[in-house]
Amino acid sequence: MKRAGLLLAAAAALGLAAGAQAADKLKVGFVYVGPIGDHGWTYRHDVGRLAVEKTFGDKVETTYVESVSEGADAERVIRQLASSGHGLIFTTSFGFMNPTVKVAKKFPKVKFEHCSGYKRGPNVATYLARFYEGRTISGLIAGKMTKSNVIGYIASFPIPEVVRGINAFTLALREVNSKAEVKVVWVNTWYDPGKEGDAAKALIDQGADVILQHTDSPAPAQIAQKRGVWAIGQASDMAKFAPKAHLTAIIDDWNNYYVARTKAALDGTWKSQDVWEGLKTGMIAMAPYNAAIPKEVVALAKQAEADIKSGKRHPFQGPVRNQAGKVVIPKGKAADDKMLLSMNWYVEGVQGKLPGK
Amino acid sequence: MDTAAAVLVSMMAAATPLLYAALGELVTEKSGVLNLGVEGMMVTGAVTAFATATLTGSSVLGVVAGAGAAMAISLIFAVLTLSLVANQVATGLALTIFGVGLSALIGQGYVGTPLDALPKLDIPGISDIVFIGPVLFGHDFLIYFSFVMVGVVAWFLYRTRAGLVLRAVGESHDAAHAIGYPVIAIRYLAVAFGGAMAGLGGAYLSLAYTPMWIENMTAGRGWIALALVVFATWRPGRVLLGAYLFGGVTILQLHGQGFGLGVASQILSMLPYLATILVLVLISSDRALIRLNAPADIGKIFRPAS
Repeated sequence: MKRAGLLLAAAAALGLAAGAQAADKLKVGFVYVGPIGDHGWTYRHDVGRLAVEKTFGDKVETTYVESVSEGADAERVIRQLASSGHGLIFTTSFGFMNPTVKVAKKFPKVKFEHCSGYKRGPNVATYLARFYEGRTISGLIAGKMTKSNVIGYIASFPIPEVVRGINAFTLALREVNSKAEVKVVWVNTWYDPGKEGDAAKALIDQGADVILQHTDSPAPAQIAQKRGVWAIGQASDMAKFAPKAHLTAIIDDWNNYYVARTKAALDGTWKSQDVWEGLKTGMIAMAPYNAAIPKEVVALAKQAEADIKSGKRHPFQGPVRNQAGKVVIPKGKAADDKMLLSMNWYVEGVQGKLPGK
Repeated sequence: MDTAAAVLVSMMAAATPLLYAALGELVTEKSGVLNLGVEGMMVTGAVTAFATATLTGSSVLGVVAGAGAAMAISLIFAVLTLSLVANQVATGLALTIFGVGLSALIGQGYVGTPLDALPKLDIPGISDIVFIGPVLFGHDFLIYFSFVMVGVVAWFLYRTRAGLVLRAVGESHDAAHAIGYPVIAIRYLAVAFGGAMAGLGGAYLSLAYTPMWIENMTAGRGWIALALVVFATWRPGRVLLGAYLFGGVTILQLHGQGFGLGVASQILSMLPYLATILVLVLISSDRALIRLNAPADIGKIFRPAS
């Protein structure tokens, strides 16, 4: 009996030691939907991971799994990370939402952070950036730069996130140029350089002289440069692919958020929450403005940036009309988050019909 | 350039990578080997072509290297399935996964490197003729070469003795072996040819279509090429037709949206695959039709009885 007790004590001590060691070092896991070399969405998340490593050094250990397909595969990957001692796990695609919540229930001590979803739990927080604020800035610039008054917009999937971007862009565009209109082409993919390039060609052939994209590859910017029109990049600075054509880009910056949440997990102050931040906190930022943009236009863009940060300007400030000309957001009001999150209609100035409507 | 010409020119560009990859796979399949690794070979060809063109400054060398690299990894497939008699379906899938990973590794340092697109044929005076100029005379050499290859493959398969032997091997490897033809060697050559052609398709993507390297830039074109071979019922002429049809649908639906045509883009995205399934159903329902063109011994393992 005594020996057994001793063994038990030893085992407990060992277990404790191991526990203490694990607590010393926080293992942080990242699950990515694309390759870290996509130079867009996933690339920016990985930059955030590297920021965590740099900030905390020996105190953390990070792991990432890239190109995880949304669905059953994701659940397996997340469970694997949770069961291999990771204390904090970031899952960075909308389709990882259900797998994340499912695994989180089985591992109540592990903290989960899901990007762009709406399901939370005691140990599942969500976070997203207000990309549409960047679309407002893009719209102001595009409205001033266009000569043909036709803007080409390459869109991925008709979800509120993308529609919101198109609308925010169009509102700002027409604020400075009431004659300009937006042509939207849906490519039904987040990432297909060839197809994105084809869409850019089609839009340029139809008269567009500024190309926007809500897809992840730099191909549209490159085509724009080749054809001598302007482009605005997505997710990361795409200037090196099209130095002449690239007016600016909306850059995602997850660094601060990832560092703050890792710190909270280390301090023991981590709580489930829902974060949706934009220009103000720097979760998105505008890439350096092209030298070809006239000074007064850059000033206009910078002023709008400052106004959005201070809350003086809202990208969806009423009156906002839909395509039928009906006022959807009355004068003196701005769209609330609920409306933004479920946006499924076009504003005035967008050509064509929203798919599925 | 007016819109009709612009649509045609983009269509040709969209069709060319499919045409190369599908022509190569057609020859491979005609010899009785099913290589599902087209996507992997294409993407390997794309990255090698891009890296070589960047390093040497020569797009011709890039094209050659792209074809060579894809051929090299197709030979891995050949060793595994022909000499070591591994399952062709599983090995082909593995080749795709391998190619995607390998290309990402090779391409790490080349993301975002600028490269000039392949030079286009430009005949002063003629290239400027309305419509005919850009459609007939405004392309790079890989587009013209793809047409040459359709002719070469058709001529080889149906007009030469060597082509007849290759088809015989695909129809019945036992019979061909019994007569004394080197079944394995012929299949090696067919697989290598398929690899080189997939590499050309990949090279076209990274050097001309969107002159850049980015991970996984083939984005499923290898699979479309595989579908095309079935769609074309293993005939080179129909591969040409199919590639232009598939390329055309993609481009037309993008243009259609810009013009505000109310066809759901998802339906148009499905069309190529729907067409393939339809063809599969049609040829499967008619046994005579299958025997006419589909290689009878496709995907079957050949162990020479010694």
